[in-house]
Amino acid sequence: MDIADIKRPENLVYRKPALITDNVMHYCPGCSHGTVHKLIAEVIEEMGIQDSTIGISPVGCSVFAYNYIDIDWEEAAHGRAPALATATKRLCPDKHVFTYQGDGDLASIGTAEIIHACSRGENIVVIFINNGIYGMTGGQMAPTTLIGMKTSTTPYGRDPKLNGFPMVIADMIAHLDGTAYITRQSVHTAAAVRKAKSAIRKAFEYSEKNIGLSFVEIVATCNSGWKMSPVDANAWMVEHMFRKYPIGDIKDVLK
Amino acid sequence: MAFKGAIEIDTAHCKGCGVCVTNCPTGSIRLSGMVNSKGYNYAEMTGDACIGCSACALVCPDSVITVYRVKI
Ligand SMILES: Cc1ncc(C[n+]2csc(CCOP(=O)(O)OP(=O)(O)O)c2C)c(N)n1
Ligand code: SF4
Ligand code: SF4
Ligand code: SF4
Ligand SMILES: [Mg+2]
Repeated sequence: MDIADIKRPENLVYRKPALITDNVMHYCPGCSHGTVHKLIAEVIEEMGIQDSTIGISPVGCSVFAYNYIDIDWEEAAHGRAPALATATKRLCPDKHVFTYQGDGDLASIGTAEIIHACSRGENIVVIFINNGIYGMTGGQMAPTTLIGMKTSTTPYGRDPKLNGFPMVIADMIAHLDGTAYITRQSVHTAAAVRKAKSAIRKAFEYSEKNIGLSFVEIVATCNSGWKMSPVDANAWMVEHMFRKYPIGDIKDVLK
Repeated sequence: MAFKGAIEIDTAHCKGCGVCVTNCPTGSIRLSGMVNSKGYNYAEMTGDACIGCSACALVCPDSVITVYRVKI
């Protein structure tokens, strides 16, 4: 069969999600942020909740997330997305409210906001992009940076004596009674992408049940900050990041 | 059941990251020797072994791959 005969509308099996805008993403080639945006867009489209979803974008490389997914957005000060989401959800309980945050944003400057939003059991979704580094500002160490990992502020590798230990946020918040669903996923293979999408869908569905906060961590790459090619960064993530941040569900109050 | 597939790539917006290439089970996508206006070696379909599995498109951060599939 000719390629031209295959490329017919009736044979279409995958296309760019309808809610991903035509704006060219400013992300570096191969950056995980774009892949995760796509999954959020697909879930919102499939659930038919485009008009009832409000996203809160962070400070970090994904600050412009509002340019890429065609829904309503707010833009929070650094780390404060869970506070804005709290107010938004309480004022508009019928809306689906989610934050999208990097590890510098969520696990460093915004630690208080995320911990207390979890503890209060806010009925929001948190998408946490853990690439182990401050991508946007030039690759400085984050609380999530692995021991021995080289960053621009730990040029000889993270030394726990000097820089402390990596913070495993998802496991920490699992101890808080206000969290309903906590999972850790990745987007480096097609199978991983499918699982991550199901997890994001479940998180949005749980937020409708008013049973507490749902948290989807995506173990991600920052190939620019890590100073690797996108393909090498994915392999490095599997070998090193997954050891400290293993993939899988951590908590599900409905199971 | 066997499938035959084909992909279409928005080469102008491809960033040449290569994650699609490593995810293709049939070696049907590669980076071109040519570059687009941004200077990226864009991805292109190669050969006729594509099975339309969508793996390349699922991992593409910039959503530039469209996939078609037919049963044969
Ligand atoms: C109040 C404040 N402090 C510091 C900064 C500088 N700053 C911008 S982004 C960022 C860290 C971003 O890292 P992360 O959240 O991990 O996002 P990534 O870029 O890695 O996706 C910092 C420290 C800021 N913009 N505002
Ligand atoms: S600096 Fe890192 S996190 Fe930011 S766009 Fe580039 S690869 Fe992605
Ligand atoms: S994954 Fe997408 S952006 Fe990257 S090389 Fe393939 S088609 Fe281009
Ligand atoms: S659809 Fe599947 S077989 Fe075809 S190019 Fe993409 S990954 Fe390869
Ligand atoms: Mg980061």
